[in-house]
Amino acid sequence: MRIVCPFCGERELGEFTYLGDAKPVRPAPGASEDEVYDYVYLRDNIAGVMDENWYHGGGCRAWLKVTRNTLTHEISAVEPAAGAGARQVAK
Amino acid sequence: MKYSIFSLARAALSGHKNWQRTWRDAAPKDRYDVVIIGGGGHGLATAWFLASEFGIKNVAVLEKGWIGSGNAGRNTTIIRSNYGLPGNTGFYELSMKLWERMEQDLNYNAMVSQRGVINLYHSDAQRDAYARRGNTMRINGIDAELLDLAAVKKMIPFLNFDNARFPVQGGLLQRRGGTARHDAVAWGYAHAASELGVDIIQNCEVTGFVRDANGKVTGVETSRGRIGAGKVGMAVAGSSSRVAAMAGLRLPIESHVLQAFVSEAIKPLIPGVMTFGAGHFYVSQSDKGGLVFGGDIDGYNSYAQRGNMPVMEDVCEGGMALMPMIGRVRLLRQWGGIMDMSMDGSPIIDKTPVDGLYLNAGWCYGGFKATPGSGFVFAHLLARDESHEEAARFRLDRFRTGAMIDEKGQGAQPNLH
Repeated sequence: MRIVCPFCGERELGEFTYLGDAKPVRPAPGASEDEVYDYVYLRDNIAGVMDENWYHGGGCRAWLKVTRNTLTHEISAVEPAAGAGARQVAK
Repeated sequence: MKYSIFSLARAALSGHKNWQRTWRDAAPKDRYDVVIIGGGGHGLATAWFLASEFGIKNVAVLEKGWIGSGNAGRNTTIIRSNYGLPGNTGFYELSMKLWERMEQDLNYNAMVSQRGVINLYHSDAQRDAYARRGNTMRINGIDAELLDLAAVKKMIPFLNFDNARFPVQGGLLQRRGGTARHDAVAWGYAHAASELGVDIIQNCEVTGFVRDANGKVTGVETSRGRIGAGKVGMAVAGSSSRVAAMAGLRLPIESHVLQAFVSEAIKPLIPGVMTFGAGHFYVSQSDKGGLVFGGDIDGYNSYAQRGNMPVMEDVCEGGMALMPMIGRVRLLRQWGGIMDMSMDGSPIIDKTPVDGLYLNAGWCYGGFKATPGSGFVFAHLLARDESHEEAARFRLDRFRTGAMIDEKGQGAQPNLH
């Protein structure tokens, strides 16, 4: 697997660290126990195309949203993860 | 048929052309008392224990490919019971005791070889942690020996003892640990289960569950038609989330790829199983002479049964740090298997919230050694509707209640276990 970083270009996998599925969102501070349990422990564990968070620690140190097929490892899109970096790119 | 020296001699006299099939390749019936999804080691062992220990013989094992084509044939064949936490310690020893009598029980040569497992330690803190684990094992009646440097040097003199960064200080040895022939474990359970009337149905993929008006599971839809069932047990580690999703369940599991490696055959070198404690590298030598080794999972979700280069490099670096002499041995084969990575590194053997559906999952990358124990306690759960005492902590709801079994102490992060 190689990931084409939007800031650095195509780089080998060893430069990146995986966080996981990009879909779960941290619940609000007042959220119920069920919501927190769901966020921390339960996973869709998708077999197919999934949006994921990857960290480019060996390069620009940006968080990236990578769209990847877990059945084939094929990467179809890479963009900056939501946050300050993405806003900078959008300017 | 019964295997013995006489059956071997008889077959030899006829040029080995008249061996009977090891098990019956069955066609599905309309209904079974228990249907097990997954014809790997755990599923086949469950079926055999149901038939032999619990008197339930109207059982089918459904396998989407051929039996043993998943992780049963992809692991590094290590057996051991050197766990330190309540829940794990007793369960893995139960499994080890079943390994010790498996070949007689099954009338099948699984090449169980108790050649010893040694975990090396490289710092004072790691020695203390291993001493604690060894003491826990001994209190529970399991063999464990803490070796100092001199004892390790005598046992495995070829290690790199001059490693300034990760000096070998000693090791925790379990002499009853070792290896077994992984394919033969699947074949042995299939053989013995089939002899007792269990139907082993290959190329039969489950595509859905049949539910009655109350939501109870009463059967499965498969690529070979509908099959009714009194109870359905899932033993599909690697694909647990996909099968559970057909029943509307979400699990505390991610599927990750783990790679394993075999070198070209060399003369006998490694006496048992060794693990490098400063990185993640475990190695044994097969009877054919190849070094069988592995390390970490790749660390990203995958169902692809193949891994990537960074982990191959990391594993080989671990091997080189431990014994630089293997640097000139060529890598022969490398492959990947899909692991059910649970959120605390321990398995789940429990009823599910869906009536009639039972779960055996979350084995991370340690399922092979558990094969007989897992089969026994899962059969117990299916037959009696209550957990065996040695599996009572492997609950599905422990992630909600906080009663987790986090042997590695790394928390709710599946790609670290």
